[in-house]
Amino acid sequence: MATPYAKLPAWADYGLIPLINLTVAFLVSGLVVLLAGENPVKAAGILVSGAFGSGSGIGYTLFYATNFIFTGLSVAVAFHCGLFNIGGEGQAYIGGLGVALVCLAFDTVFPWWLNFPLAILASAALGGAWAFIPAILQARRGSHIVITTIMFNFIAASVMVYLLVGALKPLGSMAPQTRTFEAAAHLPKLDWLITMFGFKLRSTPLNLSFVLALVVSFLVWLLIWRTKLGYEIRTQGFSPRASRYAGISETRIIVITMMISGALAGMMALNPVMGDQHRLQLDFVTGAGFVGIAVALMGRSHPAGIIPASILFGMLYQGGAELAFEMPNISRDMIVIIQGLVILFAGALENLFRPAVQAFFGSVLHEDVRAAPIASGESH
Amino acid sequence: MDWHLYLGLNVLDSTIRISVPLLLACLAGLYSERSGVFDIGLEGKMLAGAFAGAAAASSFGSAWIGLFFAILVSVGFALVHGFASITARGNQIVSGVAINFIAAGGAVILGQAWFKQGGRTPSLVGDERFSVVTLPFADSLGGVPLLGPVYRELVSGHYILVYFAFLMVPVTWWVLFRTRFGLRLRAVGENPAAVDTAGISVTFLRYRAVMITGILCGFSGAYLSVAQNAGFVKDMTAGKGFIALAALIFAKWRPVNAMFACLLFGYLEALGISLQGKPLPVIGTVPVQFMQALPYILTVILLAGFIGKAIPPRAGGVPYVKER
Repeated sequence: MATPYAKLPAWADYGLIPLINLTVAFLVSGLVVLLAGENPVKAAGILVSGAFGSGSGIGYTLFYATNFIFTGLSVAVAFHCGLFNIGGEGQAYIGGLGVALVCLAFDTVFPWWLNFPLAILASAALGGAWAFIPAILQARRGSHIVITTIMFNFIAASVMVYLLVGALKPLGSMAPQTRTFEAAAHLPKLDWLITMFGFKLRSTPLNLSFVLALVVSFLVWLLIWRTKLGYEIRTQGFSPRASRYAGISETRIIVITMMISGALAGMMALNPVMGDQHRLQLDFVTGAGFVGIAVALMGRSHPAGIIPASILFGMLYQGGAELAFEMPNISRDMIVIIQGLVILFAGALENLFRPAVQAFFGSVLHEDVRAAPIASGESH
Repeated sequence: MDWHLYLGLNVLDSTIRISVPLLLACLAGLYSERSGVFDIGLEGKMLAGAFAGAAAASSFGSAWIGLFFAILVSVGFALVHGFASITARGNQIVSGVAINFIAAGGAVILGQAWFKQGGRTPSLVGDERFSVVTLPFADSLGGVPLLGPVYRELVSGHYILVYFAFLMVPVTWWVLFRTRFGLRLRAVGENPAAVDTAGISVTFLRYRAVMITGILCGFSGAYLSVAQNAGFVKDMTAGKGFIALAALIFAKWRPVNAMFACLLFGYLEALGISLQGKPLPVIGTVPVQFMQALPYILTVILLAGFIGKAIPPRAGGVPYVKER
């Protein structure tokens, strides 16, 4: 590291480098498509047209994106505190229990606009509660939060299977799921939003939780960058020592951050459970908790980055379904690879191309920009 | 009380069979984590190994070639993890997550593209699959009371990889605690700067540790798809890599403890199968889901510090920067 590097301008740091990383991830995905004996360029075309080529495609894309906005925000909030919450999957799963309990109890009592806020509260509360034990163990006992949250994912899966084949299953039914909710526990669809732009479509699962996701994104931005709590969270994440010196209670901040993170993951359940399937099913989270990691890494833990990253992954999910239909050699598992490659290149290898880019900027830009040493501003 | 349900030969026998992939993966993780590289990608490497093993075994018609390819592919993934965490100094957890996904997706995509059986590999028959080893005198000694059946059922009649896995426990202990390489490996996980000062390459040591991890994960994967089962099916590791990780923590990063932790977790699963639907005295029927969750619950309790304290290698998870 002997050569001095230029400090990158913000647009390069937040725009160019993620873009390079993403491009490499997609190029490698293309290689996998090639290995599977299909044409990557044609595959990419089908992917994009499947996701955005029709009104229904857009509806589905945004529906999937809704899930990822919630889980992405969940991972991002924890990142800001220097915590890696890998338990979004389990927190969302348990959050679904909250949604289902509200819907089952009140779907014949209240109208949807009363059930919706109740379900939001219940999903957030249960998701947050599921993050509480890993949080308190990290804060008080120093148990590594990555390991405990992984363990809690598996425990959540067991709990939910136990409930869905037992207490929550209606009598006389064989399928491990709850009964279908009445209409008063269905969220309004947002199909009109797409038809407004002149697209025709058959019914899509896009629903009100998409709007909620956008509102929550704004609230998260407000929390992290415009409140005292957010400042404390970022201080803790940036330098736990400085935060201790400033008199911020480590236990308090870790527990609060993790519970917010868990609550955000829990709210993801609103979209599939209350918005689409109208019942609680086995494995309804389908990996959205893990996609949140990719989304948060791509979006640099900022809501303004998380929303487009979520839409990109929504596109991959929807377009991937079309792809599986068009190309027999490619199944939807292609998304899982792409997701892994994005996590690898945008996350673990995020600094791979940075020296080259910095050297490039160093040689192009004016001399006095060059002085800044690399040691400052290490990202995490 | 019907003790056969708890300690019958069939329960103990399936305990061994269930423990073996856990043990191999657990020992694999031990090398990497002892050298200061956290690895939550054990699951992915096992899965990749299982797929490569079954695919090669069926294509080349030999279980041993299958094993070779399982190791090759698993080491390849291990090197990606090594490159990300050692050379590129990236986040080791993130890298592990990435590897799990790439392996899970890749196995199914390539399996479907190559064999067109919905992500499965063709069923392995004959020499394509490992066969069980019958130890000498297993049948003739079978008549001896008590010890005879134990020898015949428990000790004899396993795949060769089972014996290899249990052999790796003392070998790992010996390597870690009785060789120069092992001393350096443990040192680099605790204080890499000291190792560096002594003129030993931190990078090379960690790469070697990560490669051993890859080799053992390859064995673990091959055991699943080329020995225990006749072929690869989607998601066949089903969280075993994470149970192995839990066992590693439960064992406090020590090889002999690792064996007991894996046997314990294997026994819990075997017990869960054996007790399914049968009521226990006093507590009544234990839900099978509870038995499945028990390894994870126990690990969390251990991590909470209620059963001793699990202290990870001090430099674990931190990329080593030579100069400041």
